Amino acid sequence: MNKRYWNEYQKAIADDHYFYERSCIRQTFFPGSETTFLKIMKEELQKDIRDEANQHTCTGIGYHSDIVPIETTLTIVARLYSLMTEAGYTHYVPSCVTSFGIFTEMTEMWLNNPDLLEQTRENLRKATGREFELPQNIAHPSDIIYKFREELKTKMKHQLVNRFTGKPLRVVEHIGCHYAKIFPEKGIGKAEFPHVLAGMIESWGGEVIDYPERRHCCGFGFRHYLLQENRGYSIANSKKKFESMEPYEPDFIVTNCPGCSMFMDKWQYVIAEMDNKTYDKEGYGIPVLTYEEMAGLLLGYDPWQLGLQLHQVQSEILMNKIGIKFNPDEKFRGANGKILPTPDKPHFLKQ
Amino acid sequence: MAISFGFTISQTRVVNMDNCDFGKLHQLERITPSFKKCMNCGACTATCSAQQFVSFNIRKVKSLYTMGQLGGLDKELAKCMLCGKCTLVCPRGLNLRPIIMNMRKLLTTK
Repeated sequence: MNKRYWNEYQKAIADDHYFYERSCIRQTFFPGSETTFLKIMKEELQKDIRDEANQHTCTGIGYHSDIVPIETTLTIVARLYSLMTEAGYTHYVPSCVTSFGIFTEMTEMWLNNPDLLEQTRENLRKATGREFELPQNIAHPSDIIYKFREELKTKMKHQLVNRFTGKPLRVVEHIGCHYAKIFPEKGIGKAEFPHVLAGMIESWGGEVIDYPERRHCCGFGFRHYLLQENRGYSIANSKKKFESMEPYEPDFIVTNCPGCSMFMDKWQYVIAEMDNKTYDKEGYGIPVLTYEEMAGLLLGYDPWQLGLQLHQVQSEILMNKIGIKFNPDEKFRGANGKILPTPDKPHFLKQ
Repeated sequence: MAISFGFTISQTRVVNMDNCDFGKLHQLERITPSFKKCMNCGACTATCSAQQFVSFNIRKVKSLYTMGQLGGLDKELAKCMLCGKCTLVCPRGLNLRPIIMNMRKLLTTK
């Protein structure tokens, strides 16, 4: 019998009725991304998605830094699942790639060890009096955007095309390690051919850059960054990627992981300040977008509502290339309607 | 004006293992077979007394020695005060003092 290998690279993604779990760090560094995802789901795709107010951390950063023991992580994950169960949902959607890895790992452990599942049920019962069921489907939000990318394309006002040259924008896609490197079968295209972001870029008119260090870690690595003494190693990994992609002259970078978005953006500023080096020709750096920001820009959302002004590398040049209109005077208007103080400019990185 | 971030960017290193000389490593493993049990966790470096005062990273020394990159290691190992705190925290229970002493001895003999 012929084996259909490509089937192994597919992933089941639920069609509707999602339970959304927010990320700890995304709301700080990319505050518009999660709101944009919920807006796309509700207004563009008319999907039912629950944004639970009573949620909390998945412990991911503490767990991977050996601060939080695994029994605690299991019980915390169980409590989050209990919120989903209580709300009547079975499709779990964690916003963060680290959380996605945590939920996948804990669920796999329970499925392979029923005694452990019973022990966690008992722990949760003792601690909170709550009960939980395992989700029928765990999908990362980038999986869902990927699934509905063609439907979204019909609603988009812009494409990933340089309006001055008419050529596709050249895009670096970077996928978080915990998306498919821990459990390859849980990612679209597994760890070898991850297509989740490449599929969006290709569908929306862009060109994916295949550069030598494409699958290299962004350098976050949890404990590598958390200790200041180890940050030289963390930034060296990002630098390796930037040096590898530089000759291909990318227009921007898109990622699906909060750590990757943050470090590939912020480390460009640090490298510019330390080494007086940027990886674009003009000295502005390479903009780093989340996939929600990319989708939101193409759908015609206000870039300042998306939170692009909060990135270290600014996106005005990219928006001009795509043909997105924006009002520079509104860039730093706060949610209270007042203009906020303008941040200091970096010494070397142009803005 | 450059900003001080409290760290510098590590230099990338490529080692061609086909060209490495593993003679000293094999000698050390014969004298102290427990050396093979090290899993490079770095607990020794984190607790090192000498590292509080001078630039000294025992985990890095171990990695370089394992890859046959022996240049300058004798000077690095001279920074160790043999206090033994690393032995107290090693999760694999290695006694690092004889390992360091034997490394020093092997690096100074031909």
